[in-house]
Amino acid sequence: MSSSPAKLPELLIAAGSIDQAERYIRAGACAVLIGEAGFGMRQPGSIPAARFHEAVSRIHALGAKAYINVNKLFRNGELPGLPAYLRAAAEAGADALVFGDPAVVLNAREYAPNVPLQWNAEMVATNSAAAAYWGKRGAVRAVLARELNEVEIADFKRNTTLEIQVQVHGTTNIYYSHRNLLQSYMEHLGREASLIDRGPDEGLYLVEAERPGERFPVYEDDTGTHVMSPDDICLLEALPELIAAGVDSFYIEALLKSELYNETVLRSYRAAMERFASDPGAYEADPEWLDAIRELQDPERELGFGFLYKEQVY
Amino acid sequence: MTLLQQSPGLRGQRQRLVKPELLAPAGSLEKLKFAVHYGADAVYIGGQKYGLRSNADNFSIEQMREGVEFASRYGAKVFVATNIFAHQEDLPGIADYLRELDSAGIAAIITADPAIVETAQKVAPRLEVHLSTQQSTMNWQAVQFWKEEGLPRVVLARETTMDEIREMKSRVDIELEVFIHGAMCSSVSGRCVLSNHFTDRDSNRGGCCQSCRWKYDLHADNRSVADPGQNLFTMSSKDLCMIHHLPELIQAGVDSFKIEGRMKSVHYVASVVNAYRQAIDAYFEDPEGYLLRPEWVEEIGKAANRPLNTGFFYGTPGATEHIYEPEEKPAPYDFAAVVTDYDESAGIATVQQRSPFRPGMEVEFIGPGGRCFKQTLGDLTDAQGQPLSVARHPLQTVKIHTVQPVSPLDLMRKRTD
Repeated sequence: MSSSPAKLPELLIAAGSIDQAERYIRAGACAVLIGEAGFGMRQPGSIPAARFHEAVSRIHALGAKAYINVNKLFRNGELPGLPAYLRAAAEAGADALVFGDPAVVLNAREYAPNVPLQWNAEMVATNSAAAAYWGKRGAVRAVLARELNEVEIADFKRNTTLEIQVQVHGTTNIYYSHRNLLQSYMEHLGREASLIDRGPDEGLYLVEAERPGERFPVYEDDTGTHVMSPDDICLLEALPELIAAGVDSFYIEALLKSELYNETVLRSYRAAMERFASDPGAYEADPEWLDAIRELQDPERELGFGFLYKEQVY
Repeated sequence: MTLLQQSPGLRGQRQRLVKPELLAPAGSLEKLKFAVHYGADAVYIGGQKYGLRSNADNFSIEQMREGVEFASRYGAKVFVATNIFAHQEDLPGIADYLRELDSAGIAAIITADPAIVETAQKVAPRLEVHLSTQQSTMNWQAVQFWKEEGLPRVVLARETTMDEIREMKSRVDIELEVFIHGAMCSSVSGRCVLSNHFTDRDSNRGGCCQSCRWKYDLHADNRSVADPGQNLFTMSSKDLCMIHHLPELIQAGVDSFKIEGRMKSVHYVASVVNAYRQAIDAYFEDPEGYLLRPEWVEEIGKAANRPLNTGFFYGTPGATEHIYEPEEKPAPYDFAAVVTDYDESAGIATVQQRSPFRPGMEVEFIGPGGRCFKQTLGDLTDAQGQPLSVARHPLQTVKIHTVQPVSPLDLMRKRTD
């Protein structure tokens, strides 16, 4: 059966600096998520609002889109920072604002009324009716929980007019607390809390007694404590079915990975997507795409399909 | 800058005239009766669908009707927790279910998923929609958003501090419900899928297996941080208890005081409700002369199985607010029997057994309003008047001489073995 060229989803990654954004675009990203630490959840680095104009211009110059992450859960005392932040994003020409907290929706109506919103409530973005709710309040995209399977993803897409974004690669957050759990523990042990460095790249991990083979990365930052998955999602081999399901954006999680690793991942996914687009019917994966990733893969972290083929009970 | 008006004076200048609601968990019809009898103004229950306690003894629609009828005799309301985050397969059926709740006389649903919020507003306009703590509402503009969406009440995130609550209340005219007692997620509620990863059980649809209470070995530089013999890392939080701070919560304008624990025992629900009921009533009787009574604190302690703390109300919990010790202790007192009848002339109580007891045992009887007395059990007889050396059968009827009068729904408790 011959097939016509397929419309390709966007390939999206978060970047911690403008230079990094450019490198990721050259490696195959067509959209980049950026922002100032303190406004988004788990940004891999901070690009302050004062540099949004430069950042967005340079990203646009390479033909890519720039999304600004504002998906933190805000406290009263943090709200006064929102108007200037959103205005800076709007004035810089950002292509979207990513929110999780309804306070951002209220502020965006006033300070960035023309910038499309993307709903990213992480693990609680689980159905198309909730997406529709946010759609009526300005969202054009739903960022799906990583815990949905392929049937749910396809059903979600069939029942929404919003774009859907699915994470295709990398680690995922599985526990988020406003507590400083690592500092608290150090204090409990009678150690200096400062012995634990803050931030995602300190190599800290948890091992649960009955699961000695699994290492759960953990870190603390100004927003609290984050526990990350012990494996990395890798949906490279599932790209054709995800495209068929109508996924609009493929997200690569950059966190806990080197720049080189992320560039390699981007190149592999880009190559797979391009080949698929040129002739979906004749698509065959090139083993080199996955090999290139595996070569740089932390041997302690397995590549897997996440929840794509899982059934969950409750 | 309409969103950012200067904050008005925040500290308790106004005295509230209306008592806050005392809202208690009811994991079963029996617990509902005890919660209401011991003084809850409202209870929240789980139905057989869309609730977050899939292991609880959840209510059928018929049981809900019975619960609503019982509660109404006390002027109390019944809320239903429909607090899951739905997946695609859960969507069909929401509307019918909400209509059923409405027809059963349920006053409100506690819900987190906007899919359920919207459906309720459309198909069951008599049902109040209260936004669940699972929506992680922790700033006043988020509260404002939900008010504008037509919700009469928001259950705040457990991360909210006392000062933040005051500010929310002063800026937004909406009912605020706040957890004042019970177990807490140590994560931001809803933002945890440990169970999904460990056991393929969906925590946000009621499958939580409390992985945050497990022990973990924290590694830095590829070495365990703990020395041999030291406690392992955990995310396990102590339980919340705000009995010492009720006047402040009342003055902050909190509209509903919520007790956690749909999975907890009858004894727990009755004791905790009893203590808070007395404290709230005492405060409103005489705000200036109010003093915390040690009996209330003691009463709560008798049902507590975890150490207690004040959560985020006065700042981010630290080292002393988590449970690193290896074992949780059982509550110091255990539920032994419930009084079903009392023969005043003979001074004989008829009770139904809930855990074994025998003559010579030290027990306590408790009733609403803080009634409480200790006694040593004398002779026991069964329903036919035959002497019993031990009451060992669950639900068996036993007659006991009591040294003071008791009433139906009073509880008899014993020290935990």
